[in-house]
Amino acid sequence: MSLAIKDDEVDIVIGALRSDLTTFMNEWRPMFSQFHLIIVKDPDLKEELKIPEGFNLDVYGKPDIDQVVGSSTSILFSGYSCRYFGYLVSRKKYIISVDDDCLPARDPKGFLVDVVAQHISNLTNPATPFFFNTLYEPYAEGADFVRGYPFSLRGGVKCALSCGLWLNLADYDAPTQALKARQRNSRYVDAVMTVPAGSLIPISGINIAFEREAVGPALVPALKLAGEGKCRWETMEDIWSGLCVKVVCDHLGLGVKTGLPYIWRTDRGDPIASLKKEWEGVKLMEEVIPFFQSVRLPREATTVEECIVEVANAVKERLGSMDPVFARAAKAMLDWVKLWQSVGSSSSRSSAV
Amino acid sequence: MAEPAIATQAAAPAVALLKDELDIVIPTIRNLDFLEMWRPFFQPYHLIIVQDGDPSKTIKVPEGFDYELYNRNDINRILGPKASCISFKDSACRCFGYMVSKKKYIFTIDDDCFVAKDPSGKAINALEQHIKNLLSPSTPFFFNTLYDPFREGADFVRGYPFSLREGVPTAASHGLWLNIPDYDAPTQLVKPLERNTRYVDAVLTIPKGTLFPMCGMNLAFNRELIGPAMYFGLMGDGQPIGRYDDMWAGWCTKVICDHLGLGVKTGLPYIFHSKASNPFVNLRKEYKGIYWQEEIIPFFQQAVLPKDCTTVQKCYIELAKQVKEKLSKVDPYFDKLADAMVTWIEAWDELNPTGPVPNGKAA
Repeated sequence: MSLAIKDDEVDIVIGALRSDLTTFMNEWRPMFSQFHLIIVKDPDLKEELKIPEGFNLDVYGKPDIDQVVGSSTSILFSGYSCRYFGYLVSRKKYIISVDDDCLPARDPKGFLVDVVAQHISNLTNPATPFFFNTLYEPYAEGADFVRGYPFSLRGGVKCALSCGLWLNLADYDAPTQALKARQRNSRYVDAVMTVPAGSLIPISGINIAFEREAVGPALVPALKLAGEGKCRWETMEDIWSGLCVKVVCDHLGLGVKTGLPYIWRTDRGDPIASLKKEWEGVKLMEEVIPFFQSVRLPREATTVEECIVEVANAVKERLGSMDPVFARAAKAMLDWVKLWQSVGSSSSRSSAV
Repeated sequence: MAEPAIATQAAAPAVALLKDELDIVIPTIRNLDFLEMWRPFFQPYHLIIVQDGDPSKTIKVPEGFDYELYNRNDINRILGPKASCISFKDSACRCFGYMVSKKKYIFTIDDDCFVAKDPSGKAINALEQHIKNLLSPSTPFFFNTLYDPFREGADFVRGYPFSLREGVPTAASHGLWLNIPDYDAPTQLVKPLERNTRYVDAVLTIPKGTLFPMCGMNLAFNRELIGPAMYFGLMGDGQPIGRYDDMWAGWCTKVICDHLGLGVKTGLPYIFHSKASNPFVNLRKEYKGIYWQEEIIPFFQQAVLPKDCTTVQKCYIELAKQVKEKLSKVDPYFDKLADAMVTWIEAWDELNPTGPVPNGKAA
């Protein structure tokens, strides 16, 4: 079962792409109010943020970003990528991050899903990437390893990242959402599972949590589409980041889980209008996935930073000439690692503020 | 607290899918009373009953089912000396049913498995769900976070490459169990009261390169695509091990599926598993397996099949060779098992002489 987590080991990082966060914050209040929050305002957002009272939080905007990282690298943090600045300045062990158009979901019994508690449970129970357990999370209440599961693998490995899911508006790309305009996800799948080692997964940034100390530098704000927009289906930054994380985790023997918790994603945006922009992302994936499937990290890369540098170099070498977006991504990854080493701390103390 | 469904007639489908293309294979030593409960779902289909244990005992099959029944005498008569590859006094003998079937699909179920209920209380037609799983593609090359993208109400998520959205043919569908979970003996001893009450509403493809423990209690597969790989090994009477028959078949099947570009799904449907076998008896049977699996799993994880293995049979013979080469040193049992694997393929080809069906391209 999960270990007890001290409230001051968690930061909740929110990237604000909309100025009025009143409803968002009030709906999440029961789950967020005991934790410290980092709210990072999209530098492109002109309006002042409206945030209700009663939270322990720090808000960062363009001037703060420019001051901390310098105006030449602040470009990394525009749009949805503003949240990565929050990861950079956090000093906590665990980070939980949800999009600002998400609200708490209800489980089939009608209870509100505590997204924080579930993510923390996922992160503090071991992951089991080397052999698939057919009853999914073996450490869940009422479950265990099944017959035929090797005993030597039952200790598991550290879970570095937890990828949650979405009820109502699922994380589809624009073509799919445009085609199935009325489809809403109402299926609550009551499972958490470890993504097997060697398998890649599209890690959506809409609802994630990770151990900052273990994999922080691997969540890279790197892939910026030429037509990147302010709707999720006009971005691929999180998908790219997630592929980096998975490759690094596989190399370092860390785990990634997917499944619970669910959030409720509100309807927003027009997928048909996004189709023009999104094709870029969709086309790029055809190159991106085979690349990440074939990337091999050398034995000498033993830290997350070293791994990311290796991936960045491989991106530059093998994808750089295919599309300028990849050359820029490789550079962004190297810049990010440098920033992490100078600004981000590698360790956090639970008593630190 | 999970309970089996009793009012199953209401849930019987209007059309029995694949009723002339699927055989239901059931191993038994006692009786087949459990079929009464499955009647609305199973009656349209042909049954192959493999009677284990004492062949002089008569197994009573409920009225109205169309079936063929084989006991040990039949197995010996039909296979002659090759009958040595079929286990005696173990449900592993069920794979004889796969061999003699003339159908494209197989569904196999244990005689202590009943109809389960979904969270709304409705009886689950496990066979129908298995058929849906087998008839829709698998997606082993990239994990879809919303699980089976071909299910009603789901799809591929953002970031999933379009070139991979067609999927590959599904070779096997592995179902799960409510009530008594499929635990090994040590876990049973530590948690005698644990019951699986969690209904996970998902079907998912097990990624390429990932192995899993395949349970034979609630399993369906495309016999034409993967049948010869579903050999349930040498277990039971005269053998040093038991309760690893389905595990062995599962590891072989997954390695071959990965090589041939076929998919394996797990998840729905659930059945209600009613009987927990005696954990002390199980411990004696599994004991060696618990140690051996530490060697067996790395063996399968590292197994590489050469490109010219383009049929299931060729893959299986190659695996048998590697078992003999690499696992005999663990125990002489594996030497015997490797020979039995070859005998199985010879027997399969003898009983199924129509020649190899194209199974997909070798990876």
